[in-house]
Amino acid sequence: MKLGRVIGRVVCTQKMECFDGLKLLLVQPVDENGSDAGSALVAFDVAKAGEGDLVMFEAGKEAAQANPNGWFNPGDAAILGVVDAVNVAEGTATAVSGAPGGTGRKK
Amino acid sequence: MTLARVTANVVSTEKHPHYTGQKILVVQPVGPDGKPKGKSLLAVDGVQAGIGDLVLVVDEGGSARMVIGDEAALTIRTAICGIVDRVDVQGE
Repeated sequence: MKLGRVIGRVVCTQKMECFDGLKLLLVQPVDENGSDAGSALVAFDVAKAGEGDLVMFEAGKEAAQANPNGWFNPGDAAILGVVDAVNVAEGTATAVSGAPGGTGRKK
Repeated sequence: MTLARVTANVVSTEKHPHYTGQKILVVQPVGPDGKPKGKSLLAVDGVQAGIGDLVLVVDEGGSARMVIGDEAALTIRTAICGIVDRVDVQGE
């Protein structure tokens, strides 16, 4: 898995049936300090993420397994969790994306 | 398997059920000299590792699921499978 920031939403009317009902979000991979790490990609969401959220996503064949419409699908990136906090070495939370129990939306 | 340093832990409430009860850590791959090499990634912990530890990381689904002992957790791909005590490099 990798950390990422949701930077947009992708809307497709004409798409494969296996993506019906799933949100497609634009994700910018980031490192534990919140700096960009690589190019943005499109991932389907199974963790109720939204724009601005810090998320964890899987890219690769394991992502397809998270699709609730069945394993046989061409998904290669899936958002599997909304990150509440990242605590780096000195115990300082640097990338908190929301209040505990909240939606995790970026303030 | 690759050598990596644990740099942070990750807290997530809303997540895929496969990750429930698992400790998720940020690991930075390092070379044998301990210098960072490549991009950091998230790994599920199977060996009680913590921040600052030098660890062994498997980045392959089948092996990772074996490490955490849950063959049904099909969305898990990366896991920490060992805490490194020492690395001996030839000629040093």
